[in-house]
Formats: sequence, structure tokens, C-alpha cells
Amino acid sequence: MHYESELREPLILGDKGYHEITEDVCRPIEGKANKYWWAAFTLASMALLWWIISVSYTLGTGLGVWGLNKTVGWAWDITNFVWWVGIGHAGTLISAILLLFRQKWRLSINRSAEAMTIFAVICAASFIVSHMGRPWVAYWPLPLPNQFGSLWVNFNSPLVWDVFAISTYFSVSLVFWYTGLIPDFAVVRDRAKTKGAKFWYTILSFGWTGTAKNWQRFEEVSLVLAGLSTPLVLSVHSVVSMDFATSLVPGWHTTIFPPYFVAGAIFSGFAMVQTLLIITRKVLNLENYITIYHIDMMNRIILITGSIVGVAYITEFFIAWYSGVEYEQYAFINRATGPYWWAYWSMMTCNVITPQLFWSAKLRTSLFATFFISIFVNIGMWFERFVIIVTSLHRDYVPSSWTMYSPTWVEVGIFIGSLGLFFVPFLLFTRFFPVIAMSELKTIVKSSSSQAKKKGAHHHEH
Amino acid sequence: MNYTFNQKNKTIAFVLIAIGLVSIAASFLTHNHQAWSNLLHNTFYFMAISLAGTFFLAVQYAAEVGWSVVLKRILEAMGTFLPFAAILMLVVFFGNLMAGHNGGHYIYHWLHHDLYDPASAEYDKIIAGKSGYLNLPFFVIRMLAYFAIWIGFTRLFRKLSLKEDIEGGSANYLKARKYSATFLVLFAVTSSTSAWDFIMSIDTHWYSTLFGWYTFAGMFISGIAVMNFILVYLVKKGNMPFITEHHLHDAGKFMFAFSIFWTYLWFAQFMLIWYANIPEEVTYFMIRFEHYRPLFIANFLINFIAPFLVLMTRDAKRKLNLLMTISVVLFIGHWIDVFLMVTPGVVKEHWHIGWMEIGTTLGFLGLFMYVIQASLAKAPLLREKHPLLQESLHHSI
Repeated sequence: MHYESELREPLILGDKGYHEITEDVCRPIEGKANKYWWAAFTLASMALLWWIISVSYTLGTGLGVWGLNKTVGWAWDITNFVWWVGIGHAGTLISAILLLFRQKWRLSINRSAEAMTIFAVICAASFIVSHMGRPWVAYWPLPLPNQFGSLWVNFNSPLVWDVFAISTYFSVSLVFWYTGLIPDFAVVRDRAKTKGAKFWYTILSFGWTGTAKNWQRFEEVSLVLAGLSTPLVLSVHSVVSMDFATSLVPGWHTTIFPPYFVAGAIFSGFAMVQTLLIITRKVLNLENYITIYHIDMMNRIILITGSIVGVAYITEFFIAWYSGVEYEQYAFINRATGPYWWAYWSMMTCNVITPQLFWSAKLRTSLFATFFISIFVNIGMWFERFVIIVTSLHRDYVPSSWTMYSPTWVEVGIFIGSLGLFFVPFLLFTRFFPVIAMSELKTIVKSSSSQAKKKGAHHHEH
Repeated sequence: MNYTFNQKNKTIAFVLIAIGLVSIAASFLTHNHQAWSNLLHNTFYFMAISLAGTFFLAVQYAAEVGWSVVLKRILEAMGTFLPFAAILMLVVFFGNLMAGHNGGHYIYHWLHHDLYDPASAEYDKIIAGKSGYLNLPFFVIRMLAYFAIWIGFTRLFRKLSLKEDIEGGSANYLKARKYSATFLVLFAVTSSTSAWDFIMSIDTHWYSTLFGWYTFAGMFISGIAVMNFILVYLVKKGNMPFITEHHLHDAGKFMFAFSIFWTYLWFAQFMLIWYANIPEEVTYFMIRFEHYRPLFIANFLINFIAPFLVLMTRDAKRKLNLLMTISVVLFIGHWIDVFLMVTPGVVKEHWHIGWMEIGTTLGFLGLFMYVIQASLAKAPLLREKHPLLQESLHHSI
């Protein structure tokens, strides 16, 4: 029999029972959207429109409309790609690693974090396709049978590993997310009042009837998918880091990259989860499920991964000096004091200093501070990728080709637009999908809700 | 539920120590050129295992873990070897320093004076450039600081734990939780810098940013293997009746997961250096692959394939004999890993593993066994008043 110490905080507040959980989670789906949702949706749609315009212009005219040049051949495109992929990692960490570590607080947040993962990977993939310049041949990186002429991928290239890593990541995450949704969709279907809702949720719930056999298969497939997702948490961003680390470019070729990128990805992912959930819990009245304790736990992960990233920065800097390699040393001095010093110091401030504020329990449990710091981390992690990519490239081995890079309005448009590409589906998700994995959450009502805690205390008195 | 350190086990430990002393003496008397390297190899290995005990203990506190309460006394005992590791490390370092001054062989190449003298034929510009970090006084200060921090916190955790046995309540637990966060921050820095100092600086020219974390991963998995060994040993002897299959399963999971984690970092470091093929970096693996090939391959196979295949299934992690076998395999595997980290830098391609090498290790093992068993015997094996005890006793997965 599972036993929980009284030192543990309740994970569901407000003395909720099973039915109330169903009501609370289904309310946003069954009711009408409020004006805040519409305002956000309009804004996101406008951004998405800007994205469509900028991408269309790029594809129609060519990559020359970007600010890239012969020295800096990768800039905002790959910066944004890595930024988005990294954000996705929190969802996978929550559903796979936190499952292994039996962290029950993941249950109220896993659904929306996984949704975030999927939309973030879509945004990331969009940058890969758009920076190819010729998206109509985007299937070329796939090792397809050779009937298109002389084309066969170079398996030695980390860019090809990346194609495999990201596509595996996307498919496993999508299936994992959807599998979890099936019983919840069935709940929505069974409660549906309108014909249209009944029709759509019947299709979405795949004929779920909730029999013992249904649940047994559900449990089995969830376990298998969790097993598959666990190595993905580490492998995906490791492979992304190898796009850089296998090269000979000073500032890119460094062995710490794989685990350091993974830590950074989790760091940025949790920051994005905080940004999204602090708003979502308020707008959808989910404060009893996504509690201050949940926020606190996520802030601790931000503190830990932020510190790991800080240690990695310092290690890189130290070893560059220690190596005695002039080029390596210059790459780092140039980062900190060269023309892009402001990007470097933005990164250091946002990623190393701000998360350290979370040592204070008061700030960790403050919604305002958390929201603020999460924005800082989002910005800092964007700058990290910019610093790694652009400052390492813009001054190469040949000083005559040293140059600067600045983005054009098209690149700015694609980046800001990608936020629309992310938020439009996310906002639709909050309207049409159960944002909390209610079937799973109900499994802890008897052990970890405020009601159970009260009963337990009562029990002890007698 | 108390452990008694019986005469038989004491005798075994003393015999092993005696074998060790004979082997070490023989190494020096027969001018075994690996003598110093063997000492550093074993000192570092057993120090790492011991430190991993304190590290894992601190993680249990900081992450507010419930299930592992029943393992905490084992972790506490593992940490008590640290003072011995400190003395051994100081003896090895200063002993080697004196031997080097008298014309002997330095473990740490950077200790040679001539390297820093531009007038000398031995002048080495790259090593001279590192002298801000690699110099005798600073190195000694760092070494002392590491041991002060590690031993200080180990003793603090032990003290609070013993106090809890008497006082009960959650005050001592909460204190330990607070200190564990401080320790982990200091550990995050010192685990990397100590790996650079004790090991990476042997190959003085070479550098790798991942080296600190790689060393940490090896330290952690060897510590978990030893923890599992002690656990199974005590369960088999009937000293820990409160341990269920569920605890074994979780302890086994850690051994499974972190052997993969070690492999991940091993691969990341090896692959990136092999791929880029930069002369300054790749020499490190060249010598190991050319001249240490059997060990180099065994290192990967033993430490990855064995636990991966054997511990994959759920049932395997619940079987005492399998857990014990894999923990022994990993203990040997990581002994090889540390051998590969230390020895090539000291003796280049002229290595051997003979009776003196194995005897030296047995001596260290004897001392380690003695210290661990003595501390296991000093306190009950169950922390009866731990506030999360019930969670651990009722642990079920």
C-alpha cells in the first residue's frame, strides 16, 4: 500500500473529488471563450500571418533576403531552430524522466507541457525547412531509395543524424501525447451536448469504452512509450549540439556540448512551461491543480539546470584558457569583449544570474517573480544560441573575411511569426483539449489531494 | 538490525591490507615504473567511490526522497572512507614529489621546473602558459580545500543522522536538507576541478571540457555499484530484513540508468574528439587505442553492454545474485576506466597488469572494507526516527 509522509504537500487543493475534477477540466471545452482568450488568439493569428508573409517572401525570392553572408552562413535560422527544439524538452522530461522518478506533481502539468513540446518542435522544423532555400526538395536529407538521381545522404554528417533525431522525437512525443488524451477525450465525448461535439470527440477518442482491457493496453503502451522517450530527452539535444561540436570551429568544437545542451534545453523548456502555465492556470481557473507547489518544483528544476549551464559556461571559458590554443582563447575573449559583447552579457545575466534568485523560497513561490524570471530565461537562452552561432562564425581564421551580421526584417518576421505558429495551436489546444490529464490525475486523489491529507490527519488523531 | 564486524571479516581485511603492503613494497623495491601510477589509480578510485556515497546521500536529502531512507546508513558509511582517501592522496602526492626531486619519476609532468624556464632546452610554452593554475602551492591549496569540504559535509551529515536517532523529530532532517543543497553546489564545482587536478593534469598538454563531468559519471556509477554490493551483502546476511524487492528494484534501476549515463558521456567525449581529429586532442585516444586496446575495448563492453543486457528486465533488478554480480562487474570495469585515465599519462605505452598491480588494489580494497564495516557496525542499519521512514518501509512499485 502506498504511503505518503505528512511532510508532503497536497497536489490537489480545494478538496476536489473525482467529479469536480472532471467538471473543472471540461469547463473550458464546454463553455465559451472569454475576451482574454480572443485577444490572445487575435494577436497570435496576426503573428502567424506575419510568419506566412515572411516565409513566402523568403521562398519566393531566395535566401538573399536574409542578412547572411559568406562568413556568417548560419545565424537567426539555426538560433531559432535550437531555441525551439530546446523548449520542447521540458514536456519529454516531465512525461518520461519525472515518471521514472515517480514525481507525482508532473500529473497536472504533463498534458500542456507535452502539447508545448509538439508545437515547439513544429516551429523548430519550420526553420530547418525554410533555411534550406528549396523546401520542395526537403525530403533530400532522408535516406530514400535512390530513384531520384544521384542522391544518397552522407551518414557521417551530424545534420543527417539531426533529421533522424528530430523526426523520431516528434513522432514519439506525438503518439505519447495522443495516447494519454484518448481516455480524456472519451470523457468529453460522453458529456457532449451538441451533435458536432459528439461527432468530433467520438472520432478523437478512438472508440474508448473504459473497459479493463482498454486500461490494461493503455497502461502497457504508456510504459513502452515512456521507455522510448527517456533516451530521447538526452539524445535529441545531444545530436543538435553535435551539429556544432563535430566541426573545427573554435567555440563550437568542445566536448562538453552534448550534456550541456541537454541541461540548457531543459532549463529553457521549464522556463517556457512556467510562462505558459502561470497564464493558463489563471485564465482557465486551474489554481487548485497547478498549485504554488508545482510552480516551486519547476523553479527548482530551473535553478538546478541553470546552475549546470553556468558551470558549463565557466568550464568552457577556463578550458579555453587552459588549452593554450590561441584560436580557442580568442573565440571566448571575442565573445565577452568583441563587438557582440552585449549578446554575451545578456546571456550571462539572464541564464547565470537570474535563476540564482530562486535560492530564495519566497521568490520561488511568487507568481510574479516566477513569471518575470521565466521571461528572462527565455530571452537568455535565445541569446545563448545566438552567441554560440554568430560570435563563433563572424571572426574566422582569416581576418580579411571578418564581418558582422545583422538580421533583415524578413528574419525578424519569421522569428516573431514563429511565436504565432506556436501560440495559435497552443491556444486552440486550451479550448478544445483537456489541458490536464484528468484520468491520470484522478489516480492520486486518494493519496495526495488536500482531502486525502485531511482524512489522514483525522485518522491519526483517533 | 545492527551489523557486527566479525573476526572473520576483520581477518580478511587484514590479510588484504597485508597483501597490499607487500605488493606496494615490492613495486618500489623492484623499481616497478608503474608503482606511483598504481598508487594514484587506486587512491583516486576508492576516493571517488567514497565521495559518490556522500554525493548520493546529499541528493536524497535535497530531492526529499522517501524510498531510499533504508539505504542511507550504507551511504553514510561509504563516505567515512574519505579521510583515509585524503591521507593516502597527500602521501602519494608528496611522496611522489620528493621522489621526483631526488631524480625519480613525477606522476604530474607539470611538476618539472625546467618546463617553465625559457632558457632551458625543456622549456614548454604551452605548459608554461598553464602555470597560473598548475603550480605547486595552488594545487596543494585546492587539494586541501577539496578534502576539507568533502570530509566536513560527510561528517556533518553523519552527525545529524546520529543525533536524529536519539532526538527524533524532523529538525535534524531539515537541517541536513539545507546543508545538502550547499554541499551539492560546492560539489558541482569541486568534482570538476578535482578531476582536472588529480587526473587531467597528468596528460598536461591535453584538455577536454567534458572531462570533469565524465569523471563524475564514472565516480557516480562506481559508487552506486558499491552501494548495491553492500546492500545485497547485508540483505543476504539477514542484517536488513526491512529491504524488499521494491528497494532492490530501485537500487538496480539506478545502476542500470547511470551505467548508460556513463556510456553516454564516454561516447560524447570520444566521438567528438575522434571526429574532429585535432592533433592536440586526439593523441589522448591514440595512445589508449594503439597501446591499451584490450583494456580500451573491455572498458566499453564491461561498463555498458554487461549492465545494459543483464539489468534490462524488471525481474533481473529484483534478484540478489544478479545485482551482486553486476555490481562486481562494474567495480572491475570502472577500475579499468580509472586505470585508463591515469596510467597512460604516467608510463606511456609501457604498461602491465601483474600481481603487484592487483595486490596493490587488494590492499586498498582491504582498507576500504575495514573502514566501511567498522562504520556500519557503529550505528543501527535502519534510521528508525527518520521522518520519511514509513514511506520507505511501505515503498511499493
